[in-house]
Amino acid sequence: MLYVGIDIGSTAAKAVILSDDKSRIIDRKLMPSGWNSRQTADDLLTWLLSHGYSREELKITATGYGRVSVPYADSTLTEITCHGKGAAFLGGENLTVIDIGGQDTKVIVLSRGKVVDFVMNDKCSAGTGKFLEVMANRMGVTLQEFFSMAEKGHEIKISSMCTVFAESEIVSLMGLGTPREDIACGAVGSVVSKVSTLVSRKSVSGGYYLTGGFCECPLLVEKLGGTLGSEVRTCSDARFAGAIGAALLGK
Amino acid sequence: MADYHEMWEKLGMDVKTHDLLCEALPGAFGDVYLSQENRPEGMDYFNMVVAEIHGIRPAELVEHKKNGGKVVGTFCIHVPDEIPVAAGAISTGLCSGSQFWVPGGEKKLPAATCPLIKASLGARFDRTCPFFRLADMFVGENTCDGKKKAWEILAEDAPVYVMDIPQMKRPKDYEHWADEIKGYLKKCEELTGNKVTPENLRSAIVLLNKKRKALQRLSDFRKLENIPISGKDVLLITQIAFYDDPARITAQINKLCDELETRAKNGVSVFKKGAKRILLTGTPLSIPNWKVHHIIETLGGAVVCEEMCTGIRYYEKCVDESGSTVDEMIKHLTERYMGAIHCACFTPNFERIDDIKRLAEEYKADGVIDMNLKFCNIYDIEGHFVERELKKAGIPVLGIETDYTDQDAEQLKTRIGAFLEMLGN
Repeated sequence: MLYVGIDIGSTAAKAVILSDDKSRIIDRKLMPSGWNSRQTADDLLTWLLSHGYSREELKITATGYGRVSVPYADSTLTEITCHGKGAAFLGGENLTVIDIGGQDTKVIVLSRGKVVDFVMNDKCSAGTGKFLEVMANRMGVTLQEFFSMAEKGHEIKISSMCTVFAESEIVSLMGLGTPREDIACGAVGSVVSKVSTLVSRKSVSGGYYLTGGFCECPLLVEKLGGTLGSEVRTCSDARFAGAIGAALLGK
Repeated sequence: MADYHEMWEKLGMDVKTHDLLCEALPGAFGDVYLSQENRPEGMDYFNMVVAEIHGIRPAELVEHKKNGGKVVGTFCIHVPDEIPVAAGAISTGLCSGSQFWVPGGEKKLPAATCPLIKASLGARFDRTCPFFRLADMFVGENTCDGKKKAWEILAEDAPVYVMDIPQMKRPKDYEHWADEIKGYLKKCEELTGNKVTPENLRSAIVLLNKKRKALQRLSDFRKLENIPISGKDVLLITQIAFYDDPARITAQINKLCDELETRAKNGVSVFKKGAKRILLTGTPLSIPNWKVHHIIETLGGAVVCEEMCTGIRYYEKCVDESGSTVDEMIKHLTERYMGAIHCACFTPNFERIDDIKRLAEEYKADGVIDMNLKFCNIYDIEGHFVERELKKAGIPVLGIETDYTDQDAEQLKTRIGAFLEMLGN
């Protein structure tokens, strides 16, 4: 029996296949969630079966906002439980997990590998991946290009927390001729500030571990560590934390 | 359902718009309530009352008014029902639990006002609730800044009487509230033309205590390991208790409790074995706001207690029946209506935290959900202490914020689902 975790988030869909003893990642897949979670789920199934496995050999657990759209899953769990489990697998059993997702950000407190507390951002895209996506779009670059620009910039203060207002603020800044690099750096700083506030709602210190799509954005990781006053660890598999956790929890 | 259009027309309602509400309710009620399995038969009465929520009871109020009686509408459990009842009036809670009325309220109130206030004023201004047409007097109270200012706007369209609730619980504040109750008594006497006497006030106290005892009897079943009735159903009964005839609903609740006793003896549970037991605390859930209960119980949890105005605060404590003069009875009403209700409008309000901890133990809750209606500052801020103190006591707690719309249902499902998963670990 192999264990599969499928995490359909608002922006990206992730799948991992774990070995029979759940100790090793056999394969992983990342794709855009697209506009139809059901179609995305079907594509992931095609990918799974392309390895030559039969459906009966796989124990599939789905998570993320699109978890209800994975009709072939054996069970579903919320992304909080899965991200906690996945982060424990990647980073250790006593952690404060910070997951910056496409449309929500969560802080999960782990003790001995179990979720003991968590908090999610309110119904607003400030401090989420969506915020940076909108800013990158406004500046006509991809997220990757946006990060490269931010690396070279000096952080300016973007005072609007609201994505919609921040967008107009950026338009004004561009109008004033502020370098794009500085604006990008400021936008990353804005997310860091919002996420740090969320973290501080849980009285924890240290043991920070970042999951989600920003695991490969060193600038954000570094800035977040600076604001929190303690190192933030992560790894390239951290964007798969939800899927890994789902696979681990498959029974 | 009987046809009440003629009555609604006569009440000056916007019948066409109101029909939209009437069309939506059966579907919503069916999805949330009638879909439940293994419900007690005694719920039939309450199903019927909700099905004709704007028909049966309003028709009774119309009849009462035809005979010269008065109707008093209230918004808060600090306002003692015993006073209008003693004066021969009917006291009724006023609806404010649906998004349907919110846009009407937003015509005059800022959007950043709590949905309960917006819905209440919207129901009046849009003329889409018979209770808001029938009340001869609307009794407001300054339990929060939103309400305090909203009554001024409501008063431009309706006869409003405002009671001044103290913000602290010192001896002089009790005296002040006793004075306010006396003022209310005088006002009710003027309205009805009837004198409040020791006899009719005592009868009112006894009558309403009976209702409280019946509700508490119902609540006690939720302390059992096998719970014979859902949290949703108890919430519904509590909500109906705010406007139904007190003697009739008391009899109906007791009848239901007799049935539940048999169920309890046979170990009947409406929940799956091992369902996580949730105590809900926070802002009130006015009819038809069933959202959070529905999400919790659909996800496999069991709501075992509401430390809320539409819950334990409404019925757990009775009024002392030993008074023999009106003044003594007012003293007892003051003790009950101020001393025994721990609303976030008071500072400090640590008694509420003590209550949550005590109730969590009595009802064997696995976790507490602190639910806050958007823009209710006082409960939102008090959430800081709720979370900290419950954690200290080793009780898991989740804070959520919501309103009357269904837009956040998925987000709530994720948060509540994760909380239930966490409790199951």
